[in-house]
Amino acid sequence: MNWLIAILQITLFVVLAPLLAGWIKCCKCRLQNRKAPSVFQPYRDLLKLTCKQPVVSEQASWVFTKAPYIIFSATVLAASVVPLIAVDLPTSASADVIVMVGFFAFARFFLALAGLDIGTAFGGMGSSREMTISSLAEPAMLMAIFTLTMTASTTNLSFAITHVLNEGLVLRPSFVFALAALTLVAIAETGRIPVDNPATHLELTMIHEAMILEYSGRHLALIEWASQLKLMLYGVLIANIFFPWGIAETFNLQALGYGLLVIMGKLALLAVFLAIAETLVAKMRLFRVQEFLSFAYLLGLLGMLSHIILEAVR
Amino acid sequence: MILVLAYSAVLLSFFSGLLGLMMNQRLYILKFSQYWFKKIPKDSERYQSLIAPCLEEKHFPFLLRKAVFVLLGLSGVFAILAGLSVLIGKEVVTDQLSLGLPWLPWHVRFDCLSGFFFLIIGIAVSSVSLYGPGYVNSYDESQHPFAILGLFTGLFVAGMLLVLLADDAFFFMIAWELMSVASYFLVAFQHENAANRSAAFIYLLMAEVGALAIILGFGVLAGFSDGFTFDALRKADLSTTWASIAFMWALLGFGMKAGIVPVHVWLPEAHPVAPSHISALMSGVMLKVALYGLIRFCFDLLGDVHWQWGVVLLILGTVSALGGILYAMMQTNLKRLLAYSSVENIGIIFMVLGLSMIFMANGHPQLAALGLLAVLFHAFNHALFKNLLFLGAGIIHHQTHQLNIDMMGGLIKKMPKTSMLFLIGCMSISSLPLFNGFVSEWLAFQTALQVDVLDNGVLRSLIPVAAAALALTAALAAACFVKVFGLIFLGLPRSHHCEKAHEIQDKGMLAGSSLLAGLCFLFGIFPSLIINLLNSVAGQLLGETLPNDAALSWLWLAPVSINHASYSPPLVLIGALIAGCVSFWYLRRSPSTVIRRAETWDCGFGGLTHRMQYSSSAFTMPFRRIFAKVWIIDEQIDKDMQGAMDQDVAAVHYHLRIQDHSWPRLYHPIERGVNNVAKLVGRIQTGNIRVYLGYSFVTLIIMLWMVS
Repeated sequence: MNWLIAILQITLFVVLAPLLAGWIKCCKCRLQNRKAPSVFQPYRDLLKLTCKQPVVSEQASWVFTKAPYIIFSATVLAASVVPLIAVDLPTSASADVIVMVGFFAFARFFLALAGLDIGTAFGGMGSSREMTISSLAEPAMLMAIFTLTMTASTTNLSFAITHVLNEGLVLRPSFVFALAALTLVAIAETGRIPVDNPATHLELTMIHEAMILEYSGRHLALIEWASQLKLMLYGVLIANIFFPWGIAETFNLQALGYGLLVIMGKLALLAVFLAIAETLVAKMRLFRVQEFLSFAYLLGLLGMLSHIILEAVR
Repeated sequence: MILVLAYSAVLLSFFSGLLGLMMNQRLYILKFSQYWFKKIPKDSERYQSLIAPCLEEKHFPFLLRKAVFVLLGLSGVFAILAGLSVLIGKEVVTDQLSLGLPWLPWHVRFDCLSGFFFLIIGIAVSSVSLYGPGYVNSYDESQHPFAILGLFTGLFVAGMLLVLLADDAFFFMIAWELMSVASYFLVAFQHENAANRSAAFIYLLMAEVGALAIILGFGVLAGFSDGFTFDALRKADLSTTWASIAFMWALLGFGMKAGIVPVHVWLPEAHPVAPSHISALMSGVMLKVALYGLIRFCFDLLGDVHWQWGVVLLILGTVSALGGILYAMMQTNLKRLLAYSSVENIGIIFMVLGLSMIFMANGHPQLAALGLLAVLFHAFNHALFKNLLFLGAGIIHHQTHQLNIDMMGGLIKKMPKTSMLFLIGCMSISSLPLFNGFVSEWLAFQTALQVDVLDNGVLRSLIPVAAAALALTAALAAACFVKVFGLIFLGLPRSHHCEKAHEIQDKGMLAGSSLLAGLCFLFGIFPSLIINLLNSVAGQLLGETLPNDAALSWLWLAPVSINHASYSPPLVLIGALIAGCVSFWYLRRSPSTVIRRAETWDCGFGGLTHRMQYSSSAFTMPFRRIFAKVWIIDEQIDKDMQGAMDQDVAAVHYHLRIQDHSWPRLYHPIERGVNNVAKLVGRIQTGNIRVYLGYSFVTLIIMLWMVS
């Protein structure tokens, strides 16, 4: 039974991810006074791509053609660790939050290799930039997560969320800092404005798009899907760690349904914030991203210190 | 029984070295065998028909090389058996050999800690001896005689094994020196190149300074005890100050061998110039022997560790880890890059060892055991994947005749098997899940996160920062090895040699690497195979194993308790396979979507060449800009101008030189100081015989005065 719910949760994750992307696009269009496409447009795009014949460069090796599957699987595995609608599922015990970061690293490793595989300047540029940004983002992210895990004294996400739920609504300065740090990291890691612009193909600025420039057909669909999944995953992390209320603790249909509704509401709200931020802020130069990320690291560090100085029970 | 296994491992490696010496003695062996055949006429014809073909000039060198490596491999197998049997039996075996000084015979002690390092050496030596015969075939016998290589390889391995067996300071130092000096000759093997000679000299110099420091460390201990056996040293009663002084000497000595910043400079010089299978042994195993020395010295001989030592190790380790990987990233010579990456891994190991000491000193032996487990497991993993990468680098060098990664590319199609093995090494060293490197880093993070139990507020905020530095190191390592694999194996070939390269034909070389790659994967999926063995090491050394709640089954890995953190690599593997297969089969369902091959998109200009790809310096440019202060960067762009007004650029030359800060900051001042002192001493050396006679006379007078 538990395993069934776990599989259901992963399926929901995978299925809902394009919807979130569509919703963000919709909000952004409204904010910019444009006519919005339907929220289901990403599904249509993915379907269209899977039906097309993929064109692969003659130079490509197996790394290029297998990488999309590896990236997609690694992202799905990362999603399986994160509680979406219910806590205490068996999948969340199989790996903790550090392993989740490891899955992201796995996906990124192959994405960067795929970028280098064709031997064009764009691919190399994308890989180099992606690895730079991610290596700066990783310590900031772990710093934010360590604050949380030290409060709950576990690195298992499910137990950590239960801990926050049991504590009730307590205003912790460390959580405020950690939330801010994690948000900045999430923006950098999912390639949103101001770090990267998912909607542009301008060679001077692109990062993620430069690596996947050569992809087409089902390969492109998988990579797009994986990045939508990653965006949703970060959203769920922020929503469920810092505002876990509403998540199902028992496995009956009512609680699960309620959990699903609540998380969709939370994500929709987060998406609105993201759209507003992306509309207001301009993209920054590549070599200012380090300042952005070191600020995130600093926030994480402050969160950690305030946990140690103010909150730790001695 | 266990000791017999251990001794046979040592003796076999000795014999393999001695057998190597026979390389040039073919005629003597021929004469000897003929003489012997005459002595025993019975069956002689049959033996002769067996042995005589072996001694022919054509076959003899080939067979002898094989035999040397077979003996070496057997020594490795015996080392593995000895290590495993002592780890499983959890025994401590002692013995005395009637060698050495008259009043101090060689004491031998074989316990779980030694056994574990025996296991590491055994695995590395076995894989190297599979790899070796194919690799050394490419050497020209007249220029690089195999006798030297074989002899010193055998002595080197024997020295390392003896260090682990030693139970008194005297024997320890003899074995240590055997290891250092033998490896010096291996570094200097290709001595026709001046750079190699100077690298070997730096190596010898630093090895000897390190050995002096270790002797001083033992000396401090021996000053407070009544003998040189480790048993006597264990009983020594030291004040905190003297214990700290002894620790500092040991740290300097063993740290020099292990290659922590700032005494790492010999490592990137010496490792690239040795033959690849020797660099694999040096980087993968010899550094671990230094780690063994430090662990033995601190946890076993000194006994009560102080948390301040832990902090020193933590800081040095963090600096080494970050510095090592940042320097590694900037290298273009593959073996040099791998050597710097060893500095990084040793840094990680020292960092976690520091954590373990801090927990031990603060009265949390179970957490100290967890830290020690992470240390030893990472040492084991590093031996596996670094060996694998060095052997891979050897294969690449063998096939393309170069080590500059800016001149490679596209090898994945030419060398599919090597590329697969190298990819596994890269993934392990980048600590990606499902591979062994990840598990030890995960354990390191788990140790760091237990910091809440400490009372000291400074430590509690320092350790998470170190953990974040560990995260940065891991991410940078991933970037570095994406660069390595991407530039060597992917893209278009950047040189003629790479275009013409083909897969290695020698089965042994592939088998040696495959063995290591297989173990990397195996221990990534079933880490508890090793961790259970390590638990007994911690039990013997610290008197404490992992907490009782810890679950260490083949399926689960929960080092503290299941509520704290758990990781199940087999489940993750199954999940990954399911997700991968489902997406793969689902998307393959329609026959109209078969992959179509086409030209690479060139923006409509046409003519993409290999020069348009990202190079090593281009790939690392963002890092160079962000961490600019870490290196001494010398970057020049020269433009050749032409045309009427000198305004058209005809050619652009780009020079980039990256230097290590430790040379101008630390070593050049020392070098100048030594030179100045030498000059002062030189003043009294006038070269005039009368002055020298005067010196002798004055010395004589002073001595007489002292005696009377």
